[in-house]
Amino acid sequence: MTVLLIALGAAVGAPLRYLTDRAVQARHASPFPWGTLTVNVAGSLVLGAVAALPTSPAVTALVGTGFCGALTTWSTLGYETVRLHREGRRGHALANALVSIAAGLGAATGGYALAHAVTG
Amino acid sequence: MTGPSEFRVDPDVDLRVPADRRELPAHPAAVLGVIAAGGVLGALARAGLQAAFPHPPTGFPWATFGINVAGCLLIGALMAVLTARPAGPLVRPFLGVGVLGGFTTFSTYAVDAQRAIAAGAPGTALAYLAATLAGALLAVWAGDAVAARLLARARGGADR
Repeated sequence: MTVLLIALGAAVGAPLRYLTDRAVQARHASPFPWGTLTVNVAGSLVLGAVAALPTSPAVTALVGTGFCGALTTWSTLGYETVRLHREGRRGHALANALVSIAAGLGAATGGYALAHAVTG
Repeated sequence: MTGPSEFRVDPDVDLRVPADRRELPAHPAAVLGVIAAGGVLGALARAGLQAAFPHPPTGFPWATFGINVAGCLLIGALMAVLTARPAGPLVRPFLGVGVLGGFTTFSTYAVDAQRAIAAGAPGTALAYLAATLAGALLAVWAGDAVAARLLARARGGADR
């Protein structure tokens, strides 16, 4: 059952990352990878909230491990950062790594606090 | 990683690359289908490894660290191979966006670090945040370098 829930969450999360990335890129011309930052921060916010709630293992598998896990990515973030550096955009590369980590940590903390505030 | 005119930054999809722009309108169901299928395989592999190597809230998340670094090594190698030898239109969506994107995770990275801080282990959180960043970047570089060397050797062999 857990395996099916993880699979279901991932089957939605991975294509949503691709579609979000396309949609974000279509709205700006900057080489900065805003699309990947968007999914990584959004996924960290949701997982932070899931971690704070007294959820069942089924919800953790579906929303946490499956959906948030597949929506967010380190392989894309790592590759982008190396490529920006190699393209000569050192500032973009540094900003991509540091902003992703700071915003992801902030989103995880915010999601956790928000879920606590809502559930009391 | 010496690209042609279109220099790719984003391996998931980069709209500056003409083939990436065209792939979704051309085969929407196939592209999204292989991304979903690859994402399921990657996520299940990640879940299996995380279940096999659990960590306490104040401990170093070795499983997720290893998953993210391994995924970066593989994306570096995969993109080097696909740049040198263009493959079918569904190979990058399946292996790169799906399998490796689903295998690696940023949300668990951020939440594990946040929970380590909340559990009173800020040193572990900082070490984990920094080690993953350094490991990921080195792994992408190494995956690319090793694949490029193997491709060059294969080309040299074919020329003889």
